[in-house]
Amino acid sequence: MSDQPILRVIAKMFIPFLMLFALYVQFHGDFGPGGGFQAGVIFAAALVLYALIFGTEQAKHVVHPQALQLLAAGGILLYAGTGVAGILLGGNFLDYGALDHHNPVHGQHLGILLVELGVGITVTTVMTSTFFIFSARKKST
Amino acid sequence: MIFEMTDLIDLSLLLFLAVLAITIARLRNLFAVVIVTGFYSLVSAALFTVLDAVDVAFTEAAVGAGISTVIMLATLLIVGSEEKKSSQPRILPLLAVIVTGACLVFGTLDMPHYGDPDAPIHQHVAPRYIEDSFAEIGVPNIVTSVLASYRGYDTLGETCVIFTAGVAVLMLIGQSLRFRRKDEAA
Repeated sequence: MSDQPILRVIAKMFIPFLMLFALYVQFHGDFGPGGGFQAGVIFAAALVLYALIFGTEQAKHVVHPQALQLLAAGGILLYAGTGVAGILLGGNFLDYGALDHHNPVHGQHLGILLVELGVGITVTTVMTSTFFIFSARKKST
Repeated sequence: MIFEMTDLIDLSLLLFLAVLAITIARLRNLFAVVIVTGFYSLVSAALFTVLDAVDVAFTEAAVGAGISTVIMLATLLIVGSEEKKSSQPRILPLLAVIVTGACLVFGTLDMPHYGDPDAPIHQHVAPRYIEDSFAEIGVPNIVTSVLASYRGYDTLGETCVIFTAGVAVLMLIGQSLRFRRKDEAA
């Protein structure tokens, strides 16, 4: 689709706003609807749109498939690591209150932020790499 | 029973869902099926919004209507977009669908009415979340505090499910680096 100038220009204009909106949904999930899952999918949609317009090969230069696989595991490790940090700081697994001894509510805020970030990273990378795998399959057959 | 405006919206959305479902079942062109399925997700998202479940509606619109439609279209590029005509008799599948549907409808007869304050779900832990979550978690969106903190284990499990799905796709149809090196050597 790279020979269509209207699509290219419109996509170039929209992709930064899509990514910004994904970050807004990610970090505003405490106050409004949204959170890691939705933000991850929107961020992945921005990357998939880029891959659709400019080609998968070009998109693989932006995010390397192996980096996507590492980050997919990294997101879960961030989530589980936040839980383990709760144990090390004297609480239970996934007890974010233990992250800040002076004010458990601040610990909860920090824990939810990290956990949602982990979810967002895993969802983004799994969705994007799934799309890459499917579109690479098309060429091989 | 008083007939309200929201009932009208609910009814028309549900009717729309039924029409879309029948359309999907009758279509033979898979490209059209994928597009109508995305439309079905969007109408579901509208229905969730009417039910005040904005977080669920957001997820349905982003996942169901957005990314899964794109991934289905990518699949169609591999498998082709025409469904093969089946010569099998259709009595048995129809019977299975009718029996399952009848069981589901029978199951809903025991369910409490929508919005009933005496329903079990509003008696168990929900009042505590509504009353205490702001003091305990300090997050205005109760859905987020339940999802990420009170039910942190469940969300960890869900994230693992997504990761496992990604790993499964990678193992089944992805070209792993190990195999590629073997191919190059051969």
